[in-house]
Amino acid sequence: MKKIVISLVVSLIVLTSFSQERYFTRSGKISFYSSTPLENIEAINKNAVSVFDKSTGQIEVSTLMKGFEFEKALMQEHFNENYIESDKYPKAVFKGKINDLSTIDFTKSGKYNTTVSGKLSLHGETRDVTAPITFSVNQGNISATAEFKVLPPDFKISIPDLVREKIAKEIKINVAAGYELMKN
Amino acid sequence: MKNFLIGVLALFSITSVSAQELDLLKGIDSTPQKEYVTNAFKSSRVINGHSMEMIGAGVLDFRILHRFGEVNQGIYDMFGLDQASMRMGFDYGISKHLTAGIGRSTFKKEFDGFIKYRLMQQSKGKGSFPLSIVLVAGATLNTLKSPDSFKIEFKSRAAYYYQAIIGRKFNSRLTLQVTPTFLHRNFVATGDENEIYSLGMGGRFKISKRIAFVCDYFLNLNGFPKDVFENPLSVGIDIETGGHVFQLHFSNTAGMNERAFITETTGKWGEGEVRFGFNLSRVFTVKKRA
Repeated sequence: MKKIVISLVVSLIVLTSFSQERYFTRSGKISFYSSTPLENIEAINKNAVSVFDKSTGQIEVSTLMKGFEFEKALMQEHFNENYIESDKYPKAVFKGKINDLSTIDFTKSGKYNTTVSGKLSLHGETRDVTAPITFSVNQGNISATAEFKVLPPDFKISIPDLVREKIAKEIKINVAAGYELMKN
Repeated sequence: MKNFLIGVLALFSITSVSAQELDLLKGIDSTPQKEYVTNAFKSSRVINGHSMEMIGAGVLDFRILHRFGEVNQGIYDMFGLDQASMRMGFDYGISKHLTAGIGRSTFKKEFDGFIKYRLMQQSKGKGSFPLSIVLVAGATLNTLKSPDSFKIEFKSRAAYYYQAIIGRKFNSRLTLQVTPTFLHRNFVATGDENEIYSLGMGGRFKISKRIAFVCDYFLNLNGFPKDVFENPLSVGIDIETGGHVFQLHFSNTAGMNERAFITETTGKWGEGEVRFGFNLSRVFTVKKRA
């Protein structure tokens, strides 16, 4: 009986420490940028949700497409109505894993460059994405930034000929998240 | 007891492991939020009448409207295209919920202006409201020269209108609205009435991402001799290309402001007294978002 109680206590401790490995944010920033000689298009979403598991290196990001804010109201309208179709596909989700978790020492302050690979789902399509990611550890606080590029046709986002010159072939995406420890 | 504890333990570890493998975001990413319904119409007008759609804050909408002659005039008049009447106007989005606009029509050399305020915006999710309610107040002023025999006073040239647009975007394709309208003309011909009550009905059905079918009708409940004047009915399509919206339509009215199309429509659909027309809307972002 004693043994069992001990093992129960131990496993509870393990479980707790397990959950302490997880970090999250509800205010992750995702911005994207399209640059052409005719027009630059930029949008930012400041309410991305992300969870990062320090022990396994799993990282997930989810965001509502309607949360992207553009400089021009019409751009935002076209983004939601014509390109992303956010009524039909309200979210973009990334689920991936850090490739070189062992190179990051979360107990030591500093910057750690590595890569993340996973699946990005948006507009009803899922594609494999690998991106450089930088972790910053500052006195136990963890934040991460990543940058990658996507091609609209990969996600079946059609761009009419009339505006093709105004939308870049490659859309640059930046993600920044300042994580908090998840408390269960 | 022992078995029970082991069972509990096993259960604990299983749930924690499986939760981790399945979905990290589970439980975190499920906050239901109130979300406003946008893009009920492509344009701030259905065709002639105001739509429940507002233009963005800091956006200037330059609108050029054309109405041609009646199509039943045949090839000699190129089915009405030889005649044209126009209205040029500017609408400005003061805020997301407030728009003001001015315009001038060639018909009766009439100026018009309006203020449009969105009282309620349709939303979904938590604490949502199923309709959009938009209030419009406007005035028109004709500036035709007085005839030689007598002078038309300033106040006799004016008319006012008040509208409440109640609309709903049912899904991404279908939007319907009704527009109870009260219109007052300071000066009318004998036998006509100064005050007109009219019920506007408008709708759109999206055919593709950039093309929509639109229909706009006003049912006049009183006023003016029915054998002369008709209720305005317009049907058309909206085509959106970048910063432009083209609205191409057929209508039995030549009027391009509320006074003109509600009270001075004479064309009969049944007799081909229908005009081709278009609205061209070009938006400029005057004030960018901070």
